[in-house]
Formats: sequence, structure tokens, C-alpha cells
Amino acid sequence: MNYESVIGLEVHLQLSTKTKLFCGCLTKFGAPPNSQTCPVCLGLPGVLPVLNEQAFAWGIKVALALNCQIANVMKFDRKQYFYPDLPKNFQISQYDQPLSQHGHLDITVGEQAKRIGITRVHMEEDAGKLLHDTGGASSFVDFNRTGVPLLEIVSEPDIRSSDEAYHYLTELKAILQYLDVSTCNMEEGSLRCDTNVSLRSPGVAAFGAKVEVKNLNSFRAVKLALEYETKRQAAQLDRGDRIVQETRLWNAKKAITGPMRSKEEAADYRYFPEPDLVPFVIEPSVIERVRAGLPELPAQRRVRFQQRHQLSAYDAQGIAQDRALADLFEQALETYPKPKPVANWIMGDLSAYLNAHAVTLADVKLRPEWLGHLLQLIEEGTLSGKMAKDVLQQVLERGVDPVELVNQGSLRQVVDADALERIAEDVVQAFPKSVEDYGKGKTNALMYLVGQAMKRSQGKANPEQMTEMLKRKLVSRP
Amino acid sequence: MASRALACQTLHELRDLIQQDPTAAEHLLEELLDRIAQLNGRLHAYLAEPDRKRLRQQVREQLKACPNGKLRGIPITVKDNICIQGEETTCASRILQGFRSPYDATVIERLRREGAVLMPRANMDEFAFGSSTENSAFGPTRNPWATDRVPGGSSGGSAAAVAADLAIGALGSDTGGSIRQPASFCGIVGMKPTYGRVSRYGLVAFASSLDQIGPLTKDVTDAAILLSVIAGHDARDSTSAPVEVPDYVSQLNTSVKGLRIGLPKLPEEGLDHEVNDSLAEAVKAFERLGCQTTSVELRQIDKAIATYYIIATAEASSNLARYDGVQYGYRAVGSGLGVEGSGQAQSPEPRTQNALLDMYLTTRTSGFGDEPKRRILLGTYVLSHGYYDAYYLKGMKVRTLIKQDFDEAFKRCDLVVMPTAPSPAFRLGEKIDDPLQMYLSDIYTISANLAGVPAVSIPCGLSKAGLPIGMQLLTAPFREDLLLRAAYAYEQATDWHRRQPGL
Repeated sequence: MNYESVIGLEVHLQLSTKTKLFCGCLTKFGAPPNSQTCPVCLGLPGVLPVLNEQAFAWGIKVALALNCQIANVMKFDRKQYFYPDLPKNFQISQYDQPLSQHGHLDITVGEQAKRIGITRVHMEEDAGKLLHDTGGASSFVDFNRTGVPLLEIVSEPDIRSSDEAYHYLTELKAILQYLDVSTCNMEEGSLRCDTNVSLRSPGVAAFGAKVEVKNLNSFRAVKLALEYETKRQAAQLDRGDRIVQETRLWNAKKAITGPMRSKEEAADYRYFPEPDLVPFVIEPSVIERVRAGLPELPAQRRVRFQQRHQLSAYDAQGIAQDRALADLFEQALETYPKPKPVANWIMGDLSAYLNAHAVTLADVKLRPEWLGHLLQLIEEGTLSGKMAKDVLQQVLERGVDPVELVNQGSLRQVVDADALERIAEDVVQAFPKSVEDYGKGKTNALMYLVGQAMKRSQGKANPEQMTEMLKRKLVSRP
Repeated sequence: MASRALACQTLHELRDLIQQDPTAAEHLLEELLDRIAQLNGRLHAYLAEPDRKRLRQQVREQLKACPNGKLRGIPITVKDNICIQGEETTCASRILQGFRSPYDATVIERLRREGAVLMPRANMDEFAFGSSTENSAFGPTRNPWATDRVPGGSSGGSAAAVAADLAIGALGSDTGGSIRQPASFCGIVGMKPTYGRVSRYGLVAFASSLDQIGPLTKDVTDAAILLSVIAGHDARDSTSAPVEVPDYVSQLNTSVKGLRIGLPKLPEEGLDHEVNDSLAEAVKAFERLGCQTTSVELRQIDKAIATYYIIATAEASSNLARYDGVQYGYRAVGSGLGVEGSGQAQSPEPRTQNALLDMYLTTRTSGFGDEPKRRILLGTYVLSHGYYDAYYLKGMKVRTLIKQDFDEAFKRCDLVVMPTAPSPAFRLGEKIDDPLQMYLSDIYTISANLAGVPAVSIPCGLSKAGLPIGMQLLTAPFREDLLLRAAYAYEQATDWHRRQPGL
């Protein structure tokens, strides 16, 4: 039977503020265990939290970018449970009055536009990390992460497929990167995602029993886990079994979900207002100030790229999705104002290089004007397309202007007709057999001669020019 | 040197003496050390033996470092729930045994800055849960006026130390009367400032929305001095108020003529007639000073105890969750990760889970005394799913009503006067098995915490049995100046504060 999947996503985002949410400790990733701690984030007796204003402002920023309504009052609550990575055995979070609610995010799947509701965005502190001894004899706690500011972004159960979930996440990540509030790195855990999924028969309005899936380490994992989970649940329903509400873990190696080790009891977090943080009114002027500072978001930029620069929907999507690429695109246009070739190079060779080396634009030293220069050099005929590819690689690796590379010598394409003439003549003299073959109608022979000529020019000849020249020479032969 | 023993003098007298002759501070310390050696065995006001060498060094250092300090060379004892860097802070609980704070509470920084000498820690009810100091895991404190009686609590060690001249002043904490009630039982002055007046940073939390640190002293002037040192905004405490601190000491002499004194109708159940009589006399004294009396209504005051035991236990259950044996303090032997887990382990993970739960359970079961357990259970219950609205939420609403009662009252009067405690000090063991009776000894003090208003207890009589009786003055938020002025005027007109226990 066909079922409809009903999916909701819960994203935890670490804000990359310099210091933690309630104390002055640094938040740098990868520091030695427990080196970024103080009495406050260690939850020692007697300490009190003080809210990080930057984190608060960034929380509003994210909420506004997701079209949420900001609460009138900022109020924190304690969420209580015992775990060794939680030094106070409660987490300062928000319960009945989240920072913001009722937002939405628009996605496009194929040609289809769809609006996904955002239930709420609230602020809370992160927990520490448990490290288990491989022998299982003891466990260690690293409190560096404890107290790092988190936003929890909860979607409505509006998502209907793993594809939509994937697009929701990529669009959300793009927005968050545009806002420049998080590294959004799933491997380092600065962006984490859990999902809820249930199935229902077509035409049925009521939701089925939902299963929460955790341990999703990439967007791909979310997609695969949802695909697996929908199939598993469908098979179970087809057999006439009920779906039990439970939490399951994604096993990336086996590509399956499995029940969490212990049966989850109905958790009672005994939420109550955090008495150490006095609720305060969020002034409209504060919200407006943050709103005024919002950057152009990916969706707006995509439209602009299509309208002003006549990019295809595909290119506009591909470039605008990554703020750094989009900035590069626009800045390169200042040097070389032809959008299509700039977009082609970004979507083609540059993206290929970044993917192949698993780096981001920030990791390579490419100035926008250098991309412009590269394209100018091609247009002038100084570089062939093939040479330009090599030059780009050198630019990315060495961090130099392509103009400089060309001026250093060796790279300039030979456009001098006399020089080309000489090379062509030499090749014709050196390979009489090929010349003869060509005369007999073997067109492959020409390719061979061009190749030899290119070799002699050390790749500096323009291949089209050389082909033309050789053709003329061969035809004029007796 | 004056013939009167230095240890028996007030903070302001000693401050003047030391100003003239700094060596007086050294003589003072020696006297106190002798008295502690002689009396602390009986009273158990201090939790630890004084380290004579280090104290002498502290006096020398503070005399040198703070030539103009308001507390230069003055020995102060601090309740064991206020963190002092490098010192053990146990809250008189087994579960915090061995915990040495890596930082100073804000009030400790302020004491140090003014030249105070920090004496050993004062005993208390475990985590400030109690009204008799019998709940200390390290043994009760006894009342200097009658050692078969309790000193009150939870700041009983602080009160007894000051009353017995084992310290010149003390800091306590007051969540429902824990400064005022022991001050009243021990015949000294004890003040709970307005919520937000004194930073709570470094005070081990009992009930965060009710706790305040305050002074326990031999007279009102001393209270004014000590309060002026510790009061004021602190960026590390988000609940600390950015309100200017007036000069309490210079205003003490201002006349109280014309002040309106409000007399609320109180639940009389359990009110000792000697306390009632003393209070009536005290009110007459205020009238003789030119104050007007008027009756005020505190309609919700009979609900204060119930409200308090919901809100305070809810917050306490949460604040005490961190004592789990993981990071610091006590961990029960034979429990915990790394030690064989209980139960039949099928895989490493369930065993770890069992070991963890086992560590939590054994540590907390053997680390906490009965009263913390009782309050953790109560607080957990009132916050539980399905009960929150009926208890905690309702409690918060009644709390708002109590606050409104006071707002209304202080439109009609400047001060409210009432007893501090329903009776003078009771005997050790008298109420320890009846928690409800024990809770009722805070009946008059609790509303000030719920409303957040400042209140002070001052001596106003002695019972026939020779036990001190305390009077409580309350006023509007951040008007400690008024409170101290009125208390000072009364003190000048009477001599109850000069009575000494016959130790």
C-alpha cells in the first residue's frame, strides 16, 4: 500500500559567538578537554548565569530570517534530567515562551515550490561530551562544549518526503551561512539534526505514531534514514502491525535504523522558570535593529541572479546557495562583467576543484578579481581554455594573480603567426607518413600532427589556430 | 587599652580602636582564639578549628593591605554556604565534603577589600534547610544563652558565634528567616536585605528566587556597616539590582518622628504570650519616639508557609540536582563508573547505565541528610508533570498576592512590625521529629522572602527563662536605610542589645 510520510525536523545549531551563552569561556572547537571551562559552565556550587548579548541578538537574527514572530519577553526555563555531561543536571532552555514562533521556510523541489512551517526557534545551552574508555571500564567528561549557545529550530510536520527534508536542510543551512552565525559543520557538531517520521494512509488526516530518528551525521544520512524508515514502517503496516512510538538510531555503516539501547520512558523534564535569569522585555527597537542588519538571503539572491544576470535557475541556485561563491561571482563581475562565463567557471572548474579537495572557498586563496583576470586572458586569446584550467589550479594552490603567472613567461599562448608557421612546417617535415595518410583521406592523421605541433610548442599554441594552419599546409601540398 | 575585653565590643567600637592602634586587631584575634578554644567545643558554632598561624598572618596582611578599610582587622565568620577561594565549602552536608571552592563569592571579595579577617566557617542546617541548626551533618550548634536550646537556623552557627563573642560579625543567608530567626534566638541583630540588594554570586543556592545574604551583628550600627560593604549591583548576578546604595551609617541618627508603624493582624496560633508582650512594649517604645501606629492588612499571610514550601522546595530540588558525585564533593564508595556495575551485564552499555544510576543513587542516598531528601522529594513532586499547575503555578500566583499585600501595606505605613519568631529558642530535639512544627517557626519571617522586601530582627526583650526575644521590622524594597534608622532609634531607647549570655 502507498502511504504518505509525515516528517518534522529538529535542528540544533551552535552559534559561533566568541564566548559561551552564560559565561565568558571561549567556544573554540577542538581545544584540549576541559580547557575552556570556568566555575559557571562547570556548574560549581554558588555560580550564576549571565546571558551573552551577542547570542541573544543572533537568536533574533536567525528567527527573523526564518520569518518567525519574536516573543515579547525573553524567558528561560530549566529542563531537568540527570546525565554526567550536564554539570547542573538541568539545562537552561526555553519551554512555554520560546524566543520565536510561527515562521516558515520556502523550498523548491524540482519545479515545485513548497512552504515548510517553522514551529519555533528557541535558545538553550549545549551539554558536554562523554568520552568512553574503549575497554568500557571508565568514562570521561569534556565540559568544553557545556554552555555553548544553541538554537533549536523545530519544523512543523509539513515535510512529505526525504527529498523535501534534504532540500529543507540545505536551504536552512544556506540561510544560516548567509547570516554568518554558525560554522554549520555537521562533523564538528555545530549543526545537528533529528527527525520525526510517521506514515498515514492517503486521505487520512490524523497522524500515525511517530518515530524519532537520531544519530544523523550528514544531510545524506537524514535522507537515507528517512527512506529506510518509511520503508520499514510501511512494511510493518502492510503486515498489519502497529507502529510503536519510539526513538531509533541511524546506523550509517549498516544503513538501517535500530531501537535505542534502552526503552525510553516517558521523560518528565519538570520544566520551571529559571529563577537566576530574570525575564526581560524584548524591545521592538532591538528587533528592528537586528532586522535592519539582515543580509540579502539566498532566495532573494537567486532571483536577483536570474533577473539581473540572466543566469539559469540551475546556476543561480548553485551559486547563491553558498554565500562565499555568490560573493565571488558578483565581485568577479566587477572585473569581468559577463555573468555567463563567470558562472560557468564557478559552477565548473572551481566547484570541481573544491569538491575534489574537500575544501571550501575560504580555504583557498582566490581573489574575485583574479577570476575576472583569468577570463580576460581567455577572451584576449592569451590563454586557451585548457591552459586556463591549469592556470586556475595554480592560482588556487599558490594564491597568485593569473596575470602574474602569465607575465612570468612560460605560460603565454603563442599567437605569433610566424612562430606557429615555423612549428607547423617542422611537423610537416618530420612526419611525412602522416602527411601521406592525410592525403589518402585519413583525417585522424591531422589530429596526430596537431598533437605533435602542440607538443613542440610546449602547449603554448592555440590548438584551433594550429589545426587551421596545418590543414592549409596539407591541402596546398602536391 | 580599655579594661573591657576586646572580643565583647562591637564592630564599630573595634574599628575605631584599630584605627587608632592597629595592634588592637592582633590582640582581638588572640582573645577570640582563646574564647573559641574555650567555648566552641560546647557551642559548635564553628565547623572547624581555627588555623591560628594563618589567621595571624591574615590579620597582618589585611592591616597592611587595607589602611582605610571599613572592616580593617575585623574578624568575620561566614556561613558555610558562601564560597571562599581555596576553603572547603560544605553547606554542612556530607555530599559537599572535600569541595574547595576555586573562587570567592562576591560578598567575600567585598569583605576582603575592606580589610576583614575571615574566621573559620560557621555551622548551619544542611543546605540551609532548617530552623535550628540541628540538621547540620556535622552536629548541631547550641544556643549561647542556654546550651540545651537551639540557636535557631539555618544560620545558627553565625548567630551563636556573634552572640558568644567568638566573632565580631557574621554573614548568613536568609531564604525564609534563616538570618532573622537565629538572630532573634541569640539576642543579636540580623538583617535580610531586599532581594537583589546583595549579590548571590557564590552563595550556594537553596531557593534562588528567595535567597539573600545578610549581616548578623551585635548592634544596628554594625549591621549598617556590614551591609554597606556587601550591598550593591554585581554584573555576575542577573538578579542583582542596579540600585544605588545609600550611606546607611551616616543616616542612622536621623529622627524617626512621624514614621508610620503598621501593625498587621497575625495568625496567633502558637504565638508565645511573652513574645506578644515584649512586642507590645516595643510598639509603645516606638510611640514614645514619636512614631504613629496604624493597623495594616496582610491578608494572605496565613498562606505564606504553604506557598513557601512549594516554591522553595521546587527550586531546591533543582538546585541540589548537581550534587551527584560526578565532578566534586562526595562520591559513595563502591559506586560509580569504573567500578563493577550492578546487575547482570549483557553488554558494556547496559552495565555502564547501571553503574551510572548506581553512582547517582548511592551517592545521593548516603550524601544527603533527611531534610534535604524530604525537600528534594517535595520539590520534585510539585514540579512533576500533571502537578505543576496545581502546586507550583498556584504557589507563584499566591506569591504575587502576598507581594501585593505588602505593596498596599507600604502605601499606608513606613514600617511593619511583628515578632520574628513565635517563641524564644526551643530545646534541642524538641521539634526535630516534627517537620511541620519546625516549619511553623518561620511563620512570621517567610513572607518577607516571598515578597522580596527587606526585614531586620532586633532584640526586644528577655523571657522569664532568660531567653532573648526578637522583634522584626519590615519595609518597602530597597529602604534598608529606613529599617536601620528605626532599629537604631529603638536600640538607643532600650538596652536589650547590651544583654550578654551568661556563658
